[in-house]
Amino acid sequence: MLAQWKKSFIFGGFLALLVLLPLLTSRSDILTWTCLTFQYILLSQSWNILGGYAGQVNLGHAAFFGIGALTTRYVWLWGFPLPLALLLGSLIATVFAFFIGLPAFRLRGIYFVIGTLVLAEILRIIVDTRFPVASVLPAETLLTYSLVSRYYLSLLGAILAVFTVYFISHSRLGLGMRAIREDEDAAKTSGVGILQYKLSAFLISTFLAGFAGGIFAYYMVAVQPGYVFSPAWTFDSVVIVFVGGIGTIVGPIFGSVFFVILKQWLSLHLPGGLHLAVFGILFILVVLYIPDGFIELVRRFTKG
Amino acid sequence: MFRFLAQTLINGINIGALYGLAALGLSLIFGVMRILNVAHGEFLMIGGFIGFWLFHLYGVDPFMGLPMVGFFLFIMGIAFYKLIFSRLTRFHEEVKLKNSLLIAFGLYLIFPQIAMLLWTPDERAISPKYSGEAIDLFGLRFGYVPFWGLCVAVVTFLALYLFLNKTYFGKSLRGTAESWKAAKLSGINIERTFMITFGVGISIAGIAGVLIGMVQELTPIMGMPWTLKALIVVVLAGMGSIIGAFIAGLILGIVEAVSAIFMGPYTIAVGLFIFLIILMLRPQGLFGKT
Repeated sequence: MLAQWKKSFIFGGFLALLVLLPLLTSRSDILTWTCLTFQYILLSQSWNILGGYAGQVNLGHAAFFGIGALTTRYVWLWGFPLPLALLLGSLIATVFAFFIGLPAFRLRGIYFVIGTLVLAEILRIIVDTRFPVASVLPAETLLTYSLVSRYYLSLLGAILAVFTVYFISHSRLGLGMRAIREDEDAAKTSGVGILQYKLSAFLISTFLAGFAGGIFAYYMVAVQPGYVFSPAWTFDSVVIVFVGGIGTIVGPIFGSVFFVILKQWLSLHLPGGLHLAVFGILFILVVLYIPDGFIELVRRFTKG
Repeated sequence: MFRFLAQTLINGINIGALYGLAALGLSLIFGVMRILNVAHGEFLMIGGFIGFWLFHLYGVDPFMGLPMVGFFLFIMGIAFYKLIFSRLTRFHEEVKLKNSLLIAFGLYLIFPQIAMLLWTPDERAISPKYSGEAIDLFGLRFGYVPFWGLCVAVVTFLALYLFLNKTYFGKSLRGTAESWKAAKLSGINIERTFMITFGVGISIAGIAGVLIGMVQELTPIMGMPWTLKALIVVVLAGMGSIIGAFIAGLILGIVEAVSAIFMGPYTIAVGLFIFLIILMLRPQGLFGKT
């Protein structure tokens, strides 16, 4: 086990490297990939809060990502300053989650999973029908488009997500969430307010998902409004969290790095969307044989 | 006006029977095995495309080809059970349910991609010569293909119902659904029961796929929408209810056909919305027992 100061030292050095990266290199491929990794860290951590810590599998995560993305995009393009647009996007996703969460948490286990899946699908159909035209950045914004500002924003998002998860896991809230995950009835009997804890987890989770959507909306040059509601966003987060290690802080970070690298590499070498099939197989293997994710493998390996 | 409504009702019943059939396998597998197979629509899609192949490559009449597709999907179901889902039986009930969902979800990532390789992303249809023919009765149109589709659906339901209620193996299957532990203690071969249940469920999905391919288009990405359709029906009916699945399918078909008049492109959302409401108010389903 590393000493605490050594850990912080490595962590700080790594963070400094990431902050300095745009100054060290101007290769847009490296910046794009790291940028994407940050966005995936943010999105998968947001799923991890509800799915990993509170144990509520939300298969409609794309809905909140989508709401955040759509709101931020349109508010920003109307001329609002970006930070306000991002905040508004995240808040609207959270408010929506609040109204969904109250009835949805009446559902337990499997019914919650199906309910969220269906909810995201309803939103996708509505948005696809209401907004059939792709949203493209206006010419003047395109002229000043810089990857570096997207990079820092994504980095900020990733750091925010990691710290949120860190604070949750070291707080009373996190304790209550884990109690619910392990045994809802037992938690209830020991005095944990089930609905209150689930709802808190859900709201934090969706706030971050909305924020991830907002960053994505700022990042993308052209985007089809229905696309941000596509189930792929949910699935990517779920795959990342499970492959990395569910209910851990490091797991989703590791998973995101692995996911982006493998995805890029596979889409270079495989035709069409076959990389998705590879992820599907990998995902099934992880669920069956290493339910705690790769992080568990690493832990087992280092402990000998 | 009356004629218009009656025609809408007929269309609703025709498509509703297919909804019921699409949900039947899902319901059976869930009821007996406590496995929620969200890749159900993917198997349906594969069945549809195999029917398409049989028809276009070998000129097999789609209705005549149904047993072949059913048999092929049965084998496929058994293979998938042996390869993947059998590993789930050792888990505790709730973990099993969640893991089965996650695994099926992994399959959902795989199947459309393979299907795109095999059949390209184009929309396909199984269109034999008689596919546009219809009988006019009292000024109403009874399509030839939807009518036979309805018949196949009814026969499949009855066959499964009789199989479950009148045969010895069906009895062991119902026993396993009640409590697999008790069934095992009474000497029922659980492993074999699960395997055959899964095979039969998948095979019914395949048959539904062929019938759907005759009235709608087949695409590699049709799996998820049909899984959702099947889920709606199953939740309406109550998990594991066989006859309930048929009635719920008809209800959904009629509701959709009627709401299509008012809601246009939002029709699918209407079905999903009704589903959410039922889920909130009556999670055991319309025909389920508390």
